[in-house]
Amino acid sequence: MNDTTNQLLDNLNSLVTGLFLLTAFGIVAMRQARGVLHLFIAQSLLLAASAVLLGLRFTSEHLYGVALVNIISKPIIVPWLLRKTSPSEVYTRREVTQALNIPTALLIALALAILAYFLGLPLLKAVAPEFRGPNVPIGIAGLLLGAFTITVRREALPLLIGLLVMENGAFLAGIDIARNLKMLIELAIATDGLIIVFIMGVLTRAVQKQIGTTAVGELAALKEAPAEFFKKETTK
Amino acid sequence: MSILIILLLPLIATLLVCLPLKKTWASGVTVVASLATLMLSVRVAWLVAAGNSVTADLNIGWLNWIAVDGLSALILVLIAFVATTAAIYSVGYMAHGNLKPGKLRLYYINYNLFVFSMLAIPVLAEPTSVWIVVELTTLASALLVSFENTREALEAAWKYVVLSLMGAGIALFGFLVLFAAMQASGSTNAYTWRGLIDAAPMMPPVLLQTAFLLILIGLGTKVGLVPMHTWLPDAHSQAPSPVCALLSGIETSSILYVILRLFPVMQAAPNSHAETWAVVLGLISVGTAAFLLLQVKDYKRLFAFSTVEHMGIILTAVGLGASVAGYGAMQQIVSHCVTKSFCFFAAGAVLLSVKTRRIVSIRGLVRQSPLASAALVFGGLAIAGAPPLAVFLSEFSILKAGLTQKEYLATGLLAVFIVIAFFGIMLHINRMVFGARETGGDASSPQSDNASTLPFSCRLALIVAAVPVLILGFYIPQPLHDLLTQAAAALTQ
Repeated sequence: MNDTTNQLLDNLNSLVTGLFLLTAFGIVAMRQARGVLHLFIAQSLLLAASAVLLGLRFTSEHLYGVALVNIISKPIIVPWLLRKTSPSEVYTRREVTQALNIPTALLIALALAILAYFLGLPLLKAVAPEFRGPNVPIGIAGLLLGAFTITVRREALPLLIGLLVMENGAFLAGIDIARNLKMLIELAIATDGLIIVFIMGVLTRAVQKQIGTTAVGELAALKEAPAEFFKKETTK
Repeated sequence: MSILIILLLPLIATLLVCLPLKKTWASGVTVVASLATLMLSVRVAWLVAAGNSVTADLNIGWLNWIAVDGLSALILVLIAFVATTAAIYSVGYMAHGNLKPGKLRLYYINYNLFVFSMLAIPVLAEPTSVWIVVELTTLASALLVSFENTREALEAAWKYVVLSLMGAGIALFGFLVLFAAMQASGSTNAYTWRGLIDAAPMMPPVLLQTAFLLILIGLGTKVGLVPMHTWLPDAHSQAPSPVCALLSGIETSSILYVILRLFPVMQAAPNSHAETWAVVLGLISVGTAAFLLLQVKDYKRLFAFSTVEHMGIILTAVGLGASVAGYGAMQQIVSHCVTKSFCFFAAGAVLLSVKTRRIVSIRGLVRQSPLASAALVFGGLAIAGAPPLAVFLSEFSILKAGLTQKEYLATGLLAVFIVIAFFGIMLHINRMVFGARETGGDASSPQSDNASTLPFSCRLALIVAAVPVLILGFYIPQPLHDLLTQAAAALTQ
């Protein structure tokens, strides 16, 4: 392939990964659970698009496989599994008690994205030039933003999506720097993602039965009680 | 070939358990399958200890990823051992709750899948495939943690899944970076533990170190290293006791095994600081756990925190380096595994007889249930490291190795923390067993007349689990010694 095509593919990949980062921001900010799911699906499709672009750019067919797996598993099987396993309440809930308000959350998310860029730089310097796409820093940003989503959310579905965003982030970096990973492994990782959805869906249903809501953040009974120990000491 | 059978047995058991037959069917199948797994694993370990290399003997595709050396064989046998004793214990323990047959089947389905995913960890030699089975262990055990379906159990399961999977996400990135490092080294070796060691000197240090840290943090979450340990006492206390034995006794160690696999890789690379990280994280874990042990209010959490402590000890020992401390670390993995599983069996026996997990509600247990008390005291002494039991011997050899390495500060801190933990554990157990009942105390501890209700299978499991705790305190059989030596050697190549 000639230079212009390569240039075009590189630019397109930058665009796609940029949009990927935007969806991660959207997931941090979005209140409505269903919206979070839709953003996640969009993100997975962008991941697939990036895989296809890199596949074209470096003529590596096996990346098409990765794209295909993503297109089938995330937009189709994940929502289906969620419908089967968890109560419909997970979609309709709006979060009223988020740990942080949206502007603060977005500011922190921004800081994390900048941090991801600086974390990615030394890694990029160490690999061969052909691996130096935008995927690594944005993948790290996905990882960090997913983790951040998990820490600030109280609702079951956004928490689950946070985990999957982390995985998407790791993958986005992976299709660039670990391009020649075995297809079998990629398939198994994708399957793992589906099992996560299944298990967490089942757990969410159990939680909803037990406490009447899917706000799993309300479960906070298990901790140590220093007071109790010292009280015992004095009464003895 | 026998390795493949070891992996297939729990899967076959899972399928058989699905059959809607009598209640005893599921438990019977599980016990038989895990016993067979144990015997095959011992055979594999025997071969490895004698110096043979064991592979799948089949040259097709991913089966090349199966390879067992001293370190894997050790972990394999321990997993199979706890899987067997916990299966025996489950027979009586799970029959106690008058569960519906479907629910009981679900327990055994998850149990066998969980055992399968753990057995696959040491056997696989390809790092990303190991990551996949590590993730499977979380997913297979999640529904076991939430099994009792109480509010607390669900909270524990939820925290367990979310935090472990967060860690897994970070570790996945670590393994991908490791793969990139392997490619950047220009090595043509296969991406296996062995291939990594050979390629390590040519790897870009940035990539290797980043990968190591990401994997240490990511999988360290699942090992329960402080400060990523917060889910561990919850999950390890809310699950049914036989599951706790598996989770605490061996799951944590088998995940730690994956981290340990990276140490020879790091040593092969020029100026890496894997040991320093291990000692620092290890000591933080031991220290934090030792102080948290003082303030627990639930005796299953007591043992769970002691797991955090022991994981810290093992990691510190590995960090102290050299073959002596490596041997001690391996010994500690063995003694922690046999002792901690015994402790949770004992805790289960106490739970069956008094129906509460709260330490303050239990006083004078020795009059109420002598057998459970005896088991609890024995377990407490054993896990705290009283002589002449297994943990004492292994902790002693770690401290000795630390001193011969002239690592006085780290070894001294380790010794202090171990002593604090000892008092923490014994303080609570002493009060539970011998403490005087307070008047007007908690009303939820009725005079239950059930010293005799501990089912036969639970007693059997307690006895079987106690044997190695006792014997390994003063005598290490020659084959085990060979295996430990080989396992320690695998840490420093």
